[in-house]
Amino acid sequence: MSTVNQTLPGKAGNERFHFFRFSSPQTFFPLSGKMIPWFATAAVILCAVGLYIGFVVAPTDHQQGESYRIIFLHVPAAWMSMFIYCVMAFWSAVGLTLNTRLSSMMATALAPTGAMFTFLALWTGALWGKPTWGTWWVWDARLTSELILLFLYIGFMALQASIDDPRRADKAGAVLALVGVVNIPIIYFSVQWWNTLHQGSSVSMTKAPSMAMTMLLGMLIMALAAWAYTLAVVLARVRCIILEREKHTDWVKEYVEKKA
Amino acid sequence: MNWNSWSDFFAMGGYALYVWGSVAMTFLLLAGEVCGLRMRRRTLMKTLERWIRSNRRDGNEKSA
Repeated sequence: MSTVNQTLPGKAGNERFHFFRFSSPQTFFPLSGKMIPWFATAAVILCAVGLYIGFVVAPTDHQQGESYRIIFLHVPAAWMSMFIYCVMAFWSAVGLTLNTRLSSMMATALAPTGAMFTFLALWTGALWGKPTWGTWWVWDARLTSELILLFLYIGFMALQASIDDPRRADKAGAVLALVGVVNIPIIYFSVQWWNTLHQGSSVSMTKAPSMAMTMLLGMLIMALAAWAYTLAVVLARVRCIILEREKHTDWVKEYVEKKA
Repeated sequence: MNWNSWSDFFAMGGYALYVWGSVAMTFLLLAGEVCGLRMRRRTLMKTLERWIRSNRRDGNEKSA
């Protein structure tokens, strides 16, 4: 083996960059590979428990009947759609300011999952709106801002896909993600700022939840399942992106040959 | 217990279309994303393997 990588004084270099150790794709790659099975298992277990509580244990709603059970899918999907966008904007900002490649790769890896949860929030919302409001869709502030969120995700992915140079695609996407983040508080507070058809939040930080304990528990467990699922899927995707972009490095070549 | 029978459970108090329509779309998309990622990874590994091998062959031919 050649010792190309040993031009730097090894020990001092390691200590100096300890804080950013896992910001390098090479060190992050094996770590993320080890974490995926844990998050995937957690997602499956939490989802099974959450669905059991939501669909079997939780009592029927006295106003909406059984249709309210959509809440166990709708609310976690809607939360994730906003949360993933914030995380995406955060990594975009880090990538833009510190010029770290892995941060930009994380932002790229988050977008498809975020778009999927946004679509699911809209889809389950439409299926819930029909029996409770009598319509699949209204141009209400909450619904419209959530639709804009879906377009932001799609725009981010389309923009990055249209630029050949990955580093330029990272920068352009990051600017779009950061501009679009203004939409998140609009979605979140839309039910307070405007008189909308969409109900206010059932769970808030400041007051006691306006729902039965079992319902709340089922919803929170489903939200945790969505978190675990997102972590597993996004880590798997970022690993693909790392392999694609770092294919010229020795460690990727070694990894591919070892797996083959 | 809320449900007296399986048919009762599947009927969802008359909201079967809405409730099961939400459940079906959710799990369809989750399964689709997972399968899509598996396929992406498999094709990527194959392409990279072929790419590395052909690079090495070219290098060997040049040095020979």
